[in-house]
Amino acid sequence: MSTLFTLFLEFFKTGLFAIGGGLATIPFLSEMATKYPWFSQETLSDMIAIAESTPGPIGVNMATYAGYTAQGIIGGIVATAGLITPAYIITVIVAKIFEKFKNSTLVQNAFYGLRPAVAGLISAAAWSLFKMTAFDAKIAEVFKNFSAVNLKTLLEYIDFKVLALFAIFTFVFLKFKKIHPILLIAIGALCGIVFKMA
Amino acid sequence: MKELLNLFYVFARIGAFTFGGGYAMLPIIQKELVEKRGYATEDEIIDYYAIGQLTPGVIAVNVSTFIGYKKKGLIGAIFSTTGLVFFPIIIITLIAAVLTSFADNYYVQCALTGIRAAVLGMVVKTIIQMAKKGAIDIFTWIIMIVSFILMLLGAQAVFVVIGAALFGLVIKNIKDKCKKEEQQ
Repeated sequence: MSTLFTLFLEFFKTGLFAIGGGLATIPFLSEMATKYPWFSQETLSDMIAIAESTPGPIGVNMATYAGYTAQGIIGGIVATAGLITPAYIITVIVAKIFEKFKNSTLVQNAFYGLRPAVAGLISAAAWSLFKMTAFDAKIAEVFKNFSAVNLKTLLEYIDFKVLALFAIFTFVFLKFKKIHPILLIAIGALCGIVFKMA
Repeated sequence: MKELLNLFYVFARIGAFTFGGGYAMLPIIQKELVEKRGYATEDEIIDYYAIGQLTPGVIAVNVSTFIGYKKKGLIGAIFSTTGLVFFPIIIITLIAAVLTSFADNYYVQCALTGIRAAVLGMVVKTIIQMAKKGAIDIFTWIIMIVSFILMLLGAQAVFVVIGAALFGLVIKNIKDKCKKEEQQ
């Protein structure tokens, strides 16, 4: 019982202080690994890999996995509950305030600046995913030795199959407004396997 | 009750098909919540997302709580957020129990690369839509581009968002004042 309580508390803390996406939970999990016998630093890297390759918010996946290794199925549920409770409470409070003030000039003026910033933020996140998916990780090393960069070595590090698939999906999704994202994700998974894209 | 179960169901679908960061769920949110059900407008989703960047916690949870609360109050928020984490908890528990080598599997890696290409393609549309809504004049274009560059340089999202809000406040105030003077 007390382990479950500590699990909840530790993940509550993580949920409260990890601002900015699921990967922000990693330093907190790393601290847990040194403080408690729940999981080791080595398992942490497996956790990250699995959290990123399964559906669901990465932070939630990390919490479920870590909680499971610590205390089984109940541990996974308790850790996840701990992680999302602060976001739940804070968002409910913010939602209440927001509903009241959303039409005020002050809030509207702030959103005048916030909306384009969000577009910029998402573009940056998409760009890093794009880099990771379409380019070989070694491409960064190529650019370190700038004078040796030539088109041929550069081309070897670009995954053209992925680029082509990306271009097709972009076109299809922009062109056919009725198509459902879930269908495209399933087609994407299928194409990945059929064309051996790993 | 029916509406509560609907909230749970919709967010369970969203949770089951979100691969990657919180922005990866935006195309599905747009389809399921804005186009199909009218639970929120596109503007609201952008606003919630901005607020989610400012408040602690998983952004997907912020957004699901926001929409659940708006539809059905506290209980609605519990249903939507529980729905969001429902499938991830089951899937991760299964993997942690029996398939610890899951992520190393060659075919899983292949499928993931294909999924990423699909998600990226869909996010392009989301970004275009958001840019249309957000970048409405020269100042907002600047905010968008500067935020993008700052994030690439490794800035913290919270600070970028706070900076953009403050900048927006100042610029909009000046703009409105200029407009008033013109009218007079």
